[in-house]
Parts: sequence; C-alpha cells; structure tokens
Amino acid sequence: MSHDEQGKPAATATGVSRRGFITSVGSGAIGVAAAGALVKGAPPSPPPDTLKAGDLSAVTITVNGRRHQVLVEARWSLLYVLRDRLGLTGTKIGCERGECGACTVLIDGKARYACMTLAVEADGHEVTTVEGLMQGEELGPVQQAFAEDDAFQCGYCTPGQVMAAEGLLRENPSPTIEDVRHGMAGNICRCGAYAHIFTAVVKAADLKRGGR
Amino acid sequence: MDDKELYFWRGPLPETQALPPDAAPEPWGETRVVGKPVTRVDAYDRVSGSAIYPSDVILPDMLHAAVLTCPHAHALVKKVDTAGAEKMPGVRAVLKDGMPGTNVPWFQGRGGFSSRLFDPHCRYEGDEVAVVAADTIYQAWDAVRAIDVEYEVLPHAVTVEDAMKPDAPGLRDGGNVPPAAKPYERGNVAEGFKAADVVLEQTYTTPCELHNPMELHGCVAKWDGPRLTVWESTQGVYAVQSGVANALKLPLANVRAIGPYMGGGFGSKLETGKYSVMAALLARKTGRPVRLFYTREQVCRSMGNRPANTISLKVGAKRDGTLVALESRAVGTGGAYAEDGTGGVDYLIRELYTCPNVRCENSSALTNAGPQRAFRAPGHPQGAWALESLMDALAARLGMDPVELRLKNVPAASQTRNGVPYSTTGLADCLREGATAFGWAEARGRRPAPSHIKRGVGVAAGMWQGGAGGPPSTAIVKLFPDGSANLNMGASDIGCGTKTWGAQIVAEELHVGLDRISVEHADTGTTQFATPSGGSKTVPTESPAIRSAALDVKRQLLSMAAEQLKVPAADLDLRGGEIVSKADPAKKLGVGQVQAFGRRGVLVGVGYRGPNPQGKATNPFGAQFAEVEVDTKTGEIRVLRFLSAHDSGRVLNEKMFRNQVNGGVTMGIGFGLTEERVMDRQLGKLLTANLHDYKMPTALDAPADKTVIAIDPHDTFCNTGAKGLGEPATIPTAPAIANAVFHATGLRVTDAPMSPARVLRAMAALKPAPAGRKGEE
Repeated sequence: MSHDEQGKPAATATGVSRRGFITSVGSGAIGVAAAGALVKGAPPSPPPDTLKAGDLSAVTITVNGRRHQVLVEARWSLLYVLRDRLGLTGTKIGCERGECGACTVLIDGKARYACMTLAVEADGHEVTTVEGLMQGEELGPVQQAFAEDDAFQCGYCTPGQVMAAEGLLRENPSPTIEDVRHGMAGNICRCGAYAHIFTAVVKAADLKRGGR
Repeated sequence: MDDKELYFWRGPLPETQALPPDAAPEPWGETRVVGKPVTRVDAYDRVSGSAIYPSDVILPDMLHAAVLTCPHAHALVKKVDTAGAEKMPGVRAVLKDGMPGTNVPWFQGRGGFSSRLFDPHCRYEGDEVAVVAADTIYQAWDAVRAIDVEYEVLPHAVTVEDAMKPDAPGLRDGGNVPPAAKPYERGNVAEGFKAADVVLEQTYTTPCELHNPMELHGCVAKWDGPRLTVWESTQGVYAVQSGVANALKLPLANVRAIGPYMGGGFGSKLETGKYSVMAALLARKTGRPVRLFYTREQVCRSMGNRPANTISLKVGAKRDGTLVALESRAVGTGGAYAEDGTGGVDYLIRELYTCPNVRCENSSALTNAGPQRAFRAPGHPQGAWALESLMDALAARLGMDPVELRLKNVPAASQTRNGVPYSTTGLADCLREGATAFGWAEARGRRPAPSHIKRGVGVAAGMWQGGAGGPPSTAIVKLFPDGSANLNMGASDIGCGTKTWGAQIVAEELHVGLDRISVEHADTGTTQFATPSGGSKTVPTESPAIRSAALDVKRQLLSMAAEQLKVPAADLDLRGGEIVSKADPAKKLGVGQVQAFGRRGVLVGVGYRGPNPQGKATNPFGAQFAEVEVDTKTGEIRVLRFLSAHDSGRVLNEKMFRNQVNGGVTMGIGFGLTEERVMDRQLGKLLTANLHDYKMPTALDAPADKTVIAIDPHDTFCNTGAKGLGEPATIPTAPAIANAVFHATGLRVTDAPMSPARVLRAMAALKPAPAGRKGEE
C-alpha cells in the first residue's frame, strides 16, 4: 500500500513521520516498526524529519500505573506534560535544564529529570511521580521517612528529592551515608536540609526493608 | 541599616492595638508540646506532592506568560515591534511600554528618580521590555522571540571601580555615586590604635551571591470583575497586596494575595515583583487568568543578590587580647537600582565585641547589574568574613586561643544602642559549650600527619542585628465545641515551620492534640495582617501574638465554665478537652458541655504582639566550629564536620531548629566555598545565569556530620522568649571554614569563595612553603 496512492503525503499529518522523528532523537525501541514502514513507503524526498511547532503527535505514557494517551508537540518536555497537561503538579519546575533535580521522576524505575526528557521520549514508558509513591492516602516509606526526619524546609525540592531517593533505594537497598550523598547529589536543596535528607534516606531504606 | 528596615515594609509601620495591662502571661516553665521535636503539621502535604505552590496553580482557561528582557547591560529601547508576535498561534496579548496601564512607577530613589514597568532606559541585562500571554508557555516564548526590538546600546559599568570613575556611564541623573553617608564613629580610633600593642590590617573580598530559591519568582493572577486575586510565591502576602494595589491604583480590599506554600525566598521574595503587575495587566486585557513565572536565567539576573563587598579592616588590641580599636572601609554595589551595596556590612564590627573606638565608613555606586535585595542577614556574612578572619589572625599573632580571644571581648551591652544591656546574651556560652562539644582543644592540638592533605579546625562567632521582632502582629485562635482549634495568622511559612510552631503553641495552651489543630495563613482575604517573613522576626513577632490569642480563648472558656460550675475561674484548668477544678478534681466539664460556649458556636480569641521592653536590646547570637581537609595539590577544601551553637532564646521545635541551623550552615558553605556571581566586564552580561555555572552547595558539599546545640538563656523580652534563628545560622559559617583552612595549612585566604583556583593561587603566593599551624601573616 502506497501513501501516494491514498493521496496522503507521508511527510504530513500522520503518525509515520513523527515516529521517524522519535527514533531519530534516540528513544530506543519505540516506534521501530513504524520507522521501518517509513523507510519502505516514504517518497525519496524531501526527508520527512521536520515537525513544525504546533504539530501534535500521539504518545502513550503510563504514569503511576495509569495509561495516558496525549497529543504532544515534539518539543514538549515530560515535565510540561506531567504538570500542565495531566495536572500532576507534585513534580516541580526549577531550572528546566537538568541542573536542580526538582523535576526528578522515575522512568522505568530509574531516577530521571523530567525537564530533560521529551514527552515523545517517554512514549511507551512507565513514569512514576511523587503522587505515585502514595499508597492511597498513606505516605510511601520514603515520604514517611522524609516527614519524620524533617528532611525539607520549604518543601519545593522535596518531591524531586523523594524520587531521587526512591530511585537510589531501588538500585541500592542498603546505602551507606556516602552512597546517599552521591546518590542525592543531583538534587539541590537551597534551604540546605541535606543533613536531614541523609538520615531520612537511610531511614527509608530501613522502612522499605520492613524495619517497622 | 535601620532596625525598622528589617520589617521589610514600605511606608509607616502599622501599629498593633494596645494590650490590656494584665495581658502579659508568665513565661513558660516546663512545656509539653512547645520545644518538642514534633513532625511538621504540613509534612504530609509537602512530601506527598499535595501541597499546591503558586507555580502549581492551574485555573480554568488560564494563559501562560513570558517576559522579554533586555540582552544588553545598558541600552535605550528605540522601537519594539510586536506585530509579528501578536499574529502567532495562541498569542492572546502583548504588553510593552506606552500601552494603557503600563505607566507604573518602579524603582524610585534619590532626587525624584523613578523608572517604570517597561522603562525604555534599560540599566542592566534583564530589565523588562515586553511580556506576552499565550495559550501555552511554549507559544508565549515563540512570540517573545519574534518581538523585534531596536536598541541603542550604551556604554556600561558592571564593577564598582568602573562605576565610580568620573567618566563612567551614568545610570541616572545625579550620577552613579549617592552622597556618602556619615561614617559610624564612637570613641577615637586614632587614639585607640596608638594605645594598641598589636595592630593588624587586611583587605577582604566577598562574592556576589544569588538567592536562587528553588521555586522561581512569579504568580498567577485572576480578576473577578473589579477584584484581583494573586497567587504568589512570596514571603509576605500583605506586601504583595499593598504593592499591587498601589501599582494598579486599586483599593486594598480588592486585591487578595494568597501564598500559603512557597518554595523559598531568603529575602528575594520580600518585595512585590513586576511579574505580579504584568500578570494582572495581561489578565485584565484578556479576561483570562494568567500565570507568569520567570525562568531560572531571569531569576539569576533580576531577582536580587547579596552585593559583593570589599572590606578593609584594621584591628588594634592589647597584648592580653583586649580590643581597643576597629576601623573599616567597605565598598559595594547594589546594582542598577538599589543605591546601597553595603547595608549591614559593618554591623558586627560595631557590635559583636567590646571595643571603645570604632569607625566604619561605607560607600556604594550604581552599576549595570541586577539590583540587590535583602539576602539572609544582609551584610552580616560579609562583615563576619572580614571581622572573624581578622580576629583569628589576631589570636595567632597574640598566641591566644581563638575561642579565648573572643571570650575576652564578649559585650554585655549593645554599644551601637547607647550601651543598653542585652535582654540576654548567650554569646559566651555558645563559644564555651560549642568548644567543649566540638572537642576544640583536643582537635586544635592534634599533630598534622605528613601528607599533602591537611586537616584543621576553625571557629567564628556572630550575631544578627534583628531577631527581636515586635509589633505589629495579630493572631486569631478559634475553638470549636469539640475542643479542636484553628489558628489564623497572616505570616508566610517560608520553610521555617511557622505553621508547626504556631500550632504547637496553641496545643500547649489549649491542651489540644496537634492533629486537632488546623492552620490558616498567608492570605490577605482571610488572615490577619503580618509584615513579610524576613529579618528572622517571624518567630519573635508572631509567636507571642499566637500565645496571647490562645490564652484569650482559654480565658473566655474558663470564665464560662466557672459560671456554670460555680467556682472561681482561677480555680479551673484546661486539660485534654476537659475543664477541671484544681481544688476539687471531681468538678469538671467537657469543653462541649459548657453551655454558654454551645450557644456561641465558636469561641474566638485575639492576640496582639506587645512592644519589647524599653532599655533592653535583644539579639540572637551564635558560634560555629568547622573541621576541614585541604588538598594542597588541588586546592580543594572539604568540610568534614561542623558544629553550631546558637542562642536564639527558647527553641520552639527542636527538630526544626536543628534543620534550620544546618540549612544556614549549608548556605554559608556556599558563600565560603562555591557561590559567586560572575559578570563579564567587557559585555556587562551575567556569566553565571544557571545552576550549573552558579554553584550552590549540593549533597556532596554539605557534611553529614553536623551538630547543633541550643543555648537558651531564658529571655523574657516577649511572652515566648523565642528570638530569631534563620539569619544568625548563616553568618559565621564561612569564616569558621577559612580559619580552619588557616589552621590546616597556614594559608590565610582573604577572598571568598575559597575556590580551588583561589586556594592554589594563594598557596603559590605564600613564601616560603606553608609552615602550617605555626605561621601567621
């Protein structure tokens, strides 16, 4: 089946070219099959690799266990989509250039900056935000430890700190204080609550192991 | 800096209603809830993500705004062409100078000077030129980039030295240099130095530090007919209300400012921002709510800083360590609009130690750089850097222990306030008990291991000019018939736990569990007047009013119960939801059984902050101890452990006290080791406009080994005896580290921050090779 025969140029408003774009920005396995179709079916020129601002692509992102199908511009960050499209404002905006960590979330279980991740890169992936650590209305173990140890002051960087700690503990369930300092080094707390953050992360490890 | 300035309130300070003569309650003895390390009442909200900060506010039909700022250090805007931008997808409104409503005076000053909202005379890289509101923030930025501005670029000066030159480009009529203020003088320094056995002199420099709170500056604005609501990330909702009402010529009653959660300020969010006015104008023009937050880069450029200072300090002392003369000259710049770049710099020099002869002279000049704002203990960390470094050098010269030298000069009275005694001073105890807990003598005596990595310890002391608080403050406590209570106050909780210690005080007086107390605050529509949370005055200002309000409720309740039980009210006590007779414990009533209360529905108690006692000075004090490791090959400094001993009067919550002190220390580590705003002198542009280039301390810069000691001298200057803490905690940190570096290496680093490059340069200049421990400049 040829796109030309159907009168729909491949380079315009169908998913094909966008899938090609996604692959080109390096989101791994997403859309490989579609990209294959592009190679076979696309006209030789011009290469359909440019999206205009405002062009929308459909992505499916699983956030806190719930599948969301969202139309996004290719330039939208995951942070923007989480906060402004899905209304999950627990994930905070701090620098939008991967320097402060306020937007830290888990992507497939690993701590990542949502501001440095395009929404299209998150297509097909599992995202966990601070809201997703809750067990109903109950705090999760990392959140509980942060609350008990007063591991914050203004609390604005806290969701990011909590998610960084969650990511750290999933990789290393029994970190030393030095492990914690290194694991949390990507998240700035301007109030300087680090001393309490360190003890909270160690306590969280204990809570996760069923210490209480 | 005048003490009144520490209220951060423009215009005359409102007065609180006079207190009844019997209003002052006895100081607390043993407490059940106050002081205890309870978990914050809003911890759940902050760790769960359910707390809605102003930048999280999403309203139906809300637009998103972005600001176009001047890319030049100094320029005149000749033309702003917004035609292309206005036609772009999603764009709903564009504002620039000359449009209706934009003629709002801003940055007023000497000689009738005033700039305006979009002043065509841009005086620094970051001055606002235009603003766009669009359906998405991406579209708003597309439009900002499409605005075509014609600038006439003017010569600039971004350093004080350049700005003070006679042919320097003028930022305003009347010149860059404001008329010199009269130097501070007491005694006669020339005589003092003549009488001294030892005189030391040194010039110190400190970096320009950016506040960079984690939440960006901005707000969401929404109109309901003539009434405006602003959700703003601010330290003071009443300051926002008055600033916005003034700018837009609105009745105060028609401006509601809301900000119960806010992501840090450190002084940068005491003022009303242009963003609030721009958002309100855009919202009015479009008939839709508007969210406007600055970017991190814009915050770095425009939202305030701690001025860099050069301080030349000279000390004269007797052989036994008695200080006889101190003389300082400080220079600084408040940037493009703030005229004073040295506020508070000399306070410690005048006040921290007993010294009969003191002279302090300050000078400032305007530069083409972002304007300064009050930054956590304005001037004090700079002054401490100079004074506490020089005291350490003096101790070394005299062969005295640095703790002993300080103890020798601890004052009992305020020398800058006509010699009135301090209500209490824990300075000596901070030094003594801190030294003991730190293991000071032992650590100082440790023999250095032969290695290129040197270890040392250092001490520095400090105090804060404010921290006493005072009127005005009004708090309301409501008691419900089931014994639960609500606290209503205007103060912001900027991270210091205001809601929590407020609830603890109510719990203490009304014998209610913290889980049965709700707190309503920081909303001009529903809560009481408060000056902005700054100057370490929120605790000493609000806590006595809260206690009085709780006691007012209690008094009413007990008097109603007394009538019902037919016993004197003085015989009754409130315990665990019951009113019990002290004489006959069988006589009791549940709170809900008080009939007169039942008829009333809710009991309302009002508390006011009374004045501080006459003829006394109240200040918080502290001393801090650092142990560091210096890699003499790389110039890297690691803070290994840190101890802080602070007299901030009564501790309201032990856990939050510790946290706040450690936070101040972390910020002090930034001031001493990592943070520095760098301007390009040729281009006049900010080179550190992000959090990669502007280095705030991370988890790896802050030691895990931090100890905090509270010294409570049982002050009764107010009914809670609690002084301020936020600012004192960050004042002595950097010099304590510098003094530890000296102890480790024999190297006296006089320029902050002590970056590896600076340490290596200083080391190269030190001849012969570092002797360590023994040497002195």
